[in-house]
Amino acid sequence: MQSLSNRKKVVSDKPMTFVEKLYLPAIAGGMWITFKHLFRKNNTLKYPEEQRVFAPVYRGMHVLKRDEEGRENCTACGLCAVACPAEAITMEAAERVKGEEGLYREEKYAATYDINMLRCIFCGLCEEACPKEAIFLTDRIVPSEFERDEFLYGKDQLVEPMNARIDVTKRQHTGQRGKK
Amino acid sequence: MIKVTIDDVEVEVAEGTTILNAARMIGGDVVPPAMCYYSKLPDTGGKCRTCLVEVAAGSTKDPRPMPKLVVSCSTPVQDGMVVKNKTSQRVHENRGAVVEFLLINHPLDCPVCDQAGECHLQDLGFEHGAEKTRYEEERRTFDPIDIGNKIKLHMNRCILCYRCVAVANQLTDKRVHGVLHRGEHAEISTYIESAVENDFSGNMIDVCPVGALTDKTFRFKSRVWFLKPMEAECECTKCSGKVVVWQFGNEIYRVTGRKDRYGEVEDQDGKPGWICNDCRFDKKDLSKWNIIGPRTIDRHSVISQGKYEGPRTSIKKVK
Repeated sequence: MQSLSNRKKVVSDKPMTFVEKLYLPAIAGGMWITFKHLFRKNNTLKYPEEQRVFAPVYRGMHVLKRDEEGRENCTACGLCAVACPAEAITMEAAERVKGEEGLYREEKYAATYDINMLRCIFCGLCEEACPKEAIFLTDRIVPSEFERDEFLYGKDQLVEPMNARIDVTKRQHTGQRGKK
Repeated sequence: MIKVTIDDVEVEVAEGTTILNAARMIGGDVVPPAMCYYSKLPDTGGKCRTCLVEVAAGSTKDPRPMPKLVVSCSTPVQDGMVVKNKTSQRVHENRGAVVEFLLINHPLDCPVCDQAGECHLQDLGFEHGAEKTRYEEERRTFDPIDIGNKIKLHMNRCILCYRCVAVANQLTDKRVHGVLHRGEHAEISTYIESAVENDFSGNMIDVCPVGALTDKTFRFKSRVWFLKPMEAECECTKCSGKVVVWQFGNEIYRVTGRKDRYGEVEDQDGKPGWICNDCRFDKKDLSKWNIIGPRTIDRHSVISQGKYEGPRTSIKKVK
């Protein structure tokens, strides 16, 4: 049959010639390639001293945002957990009581909110599903740990601290994609 | 028996049937949505106007089309009537306008609301609603009213369909709640804050098409699409005892009546299967129920997400 891609290679098993059986030209060719790499530019960085600049669409560790007044945006609606293809997100909702108006934006809030970073595939669907602009994927990297249970991130690691706000303005227009 | 044609499908129905019920006999896409009409409750319907249809020919005797769109839930069919629902552009546009009206005062708090996922207004809004509201005024709000420790009333979400009032009138012996005031100020309330306490008052939650009346024992516990609906039954002296329990693991989060695809409670032993408050609010223990099996849920509903068994009826054995 006619090949469609034109990339087809026909395998042949004809016997090797004498020069090929010596293997020396092939070894020398391989050494030459290795030698050439000595003068090439390095592809790796000396992390963490040097750090790469991330693209604005980079999807790293999650953050649960607060609004301008410092109230948590998340209302535990569960849409991120439905959208999550890896089922990494779990949460429990609670009702806001009197006196907590400065802590939570709506009458319902997430009492617990866990992301299993081992399950997470950083696809960003939670961010896209969120109707409250509460969860964003930032350009921070999830640090490596020695124990598996340390990757279960709770609200203490996910909610942004008031004294160190995390800038997500670069990602906030992602919801506008598709709109003209 | 008289013949009507709805969306090019002919059906024979008894005289006096409404267009909506004739359409439900055909089933499928031709059924107009209904927010206020509830077939198990007499005297409902005609309020929300979402079931508008176009009558292209009045009857065989008088085949002129009706000039305006009519409400299918309270218009009886006539012999030779030709009705257009899905096939009419006018119906689509007008239904969109009705949805816009319903959403004028309805808060956009689906992420908070317990009804989300099984809300008829959400479905309608998804199908017909505009992306943005054109309403510039403040939304109508009410002070929260406590109507007892089992039922939560969110007046802001109410679309005034009067279904809950019909439940109280027809299922209970003494109605303590109703609609106060008129027009823009109308609200469901109990006169001089009294609790709604009756064995069957919990059915108000089941009939409410939006999240205005919700179960306080289930309030913010979970979202409906994370739960597993199972058909269950128990010995109950007050009601049929045939319910749907919504499980999360081995815990029962809430109990509801068995609803059909129009959101109406199914008939049990020839009677509407209303359930009593004991079954609904107090039996949250798995040992009190005899679990029959998983409830079949429409594949397109968000509730069916994460439940992997396919529609069993549609699979045919190859011989």
